[in-house]
Amino acid sequence: MATMRVAIVSPEAEVWSGEANFVLATTTDGDLGVWPRHVPLLGVLKDGGDIKVETDGGDFLYTVGGGFISVTKDGVSILAETAALKS
Amino acid sequence: MAGQLREYRRRVRTVQSTKKITRAMELIAASRIAKARARVAASRPYAAEITRVISAVASQSTINHPLTTERSGVTRAAVVVVTSDRGLAGGYSANALRQAGELMELLADEGKSVALYAVGRKAVTYYRFRGRELASEFTGFTEQPTYADAKAIADELLAAFTLDEADGGVGEIHIVYTEYVSAMTQTPEAHRLLPMVLEETTEAPAGGALPVYEFEPSAEGVLDALLPRYVESRLYVALLEAAASESASRQRAMKSATDNAEELIRTYTRLANRARQEAITQEISEIVGGANALADAG
Repeated sequence: MATMRVAIVSPEAEVWSGEANFVLATTTDGDLGVWPRHVPLLGVLKDGGDIKVETDGGDFLYTVGGGFISVTKDGVSILAETAALKS
Repeated sequence: MAGQLREYRRRVRTVQSTKKITRAMELIAASRIAKARARVAASRPYAAEITRVISAVASQSTINHPLTTERSGVTRAAVVVVTSDRGLAGGYSANALRQAGELMELLADEGKSVALYAVGRKAVTYYRFRGRELASEFTGFTEQPTYADAKAIADELLAAFTLDEADGGVGEIHIVYTEYVSAMTQTPEAHRLLPMVLEETTEAPAGGALPVYEFEPSAEGVLDALLPRYVESRLYVALLEAAASESASRQRAMKSATDNAEELIRTYTRLANRARQEAITQEISEIVGGANALADAG
């Protein structure tokens, strides 16, 4: 299965990075699912929305306090003002 | 004679306790440099990514966003001056303030009045003593700034930037801070934050050609949300650089203070030893003289 490089970065540190199969983000327009080889896209994340990252080693769920999702052919970058792992 | 000896010993003790303090400050500053450097490194992925994204958006969209367009007839400019809260850091704050002074002269020559935003207690007291009005002041975090501190400054700046100049707004935002070049070199720098200076290069940027993005919700919406973050991120990096420079300056100042204290201790110890020797010699010669006198009398 194809994977893509995903990085969740906050201004103070890189929160998580690795290979993922699928990313689900909450943008101001609604939920956005990203599979590998998605078209380049720049979206505004909803404040307090969730980011779900699916990897081979399991799924991660982060709550972000506003920010952006940038999808390029190299991968997905999530620029979050704050990002916390949701348990 | 004995009084002099006591005086020297007292001085040695005083200098020794001063040395302990300066030595401790030197060590603290040294560990803070490393910490601040690590935080600059940690903030780099975010800053790099946001710059990349903004360049991509700005190069493909034809929107004239107020934050990127050059304004004409600017009469008021904001200057953010980053200094330290505490002294004992050599020429750190003085150098930053001198750089700020040069920038303000330049702006005055261009016919722009300056709204001052002072960061650090040193800048606040410097300008207040000279009777300059401060648009705003931020203190208490210069050694260990957080993103929230940068955000607080950015919020005020952006508020002033979006306001009309007639209502006390500003048309340009400049920042003066000290860049950390190496442990020995820190240089004060002045940069313009807004309107953004986009480097229009023809060569492909690092990391391959910039992608053609789709936007959600819209290009304007994204840019609106993106630019304030960009300003915050730039400010945050500047504050961290300044913090590293401040600690480096303080470490150097405290190192030379410690060295000076050691030198003083050595000098006073020698003087004290000589005084002690002289006292002993004198005593011996007095005893010998007294014994001789007794022998002569007997």
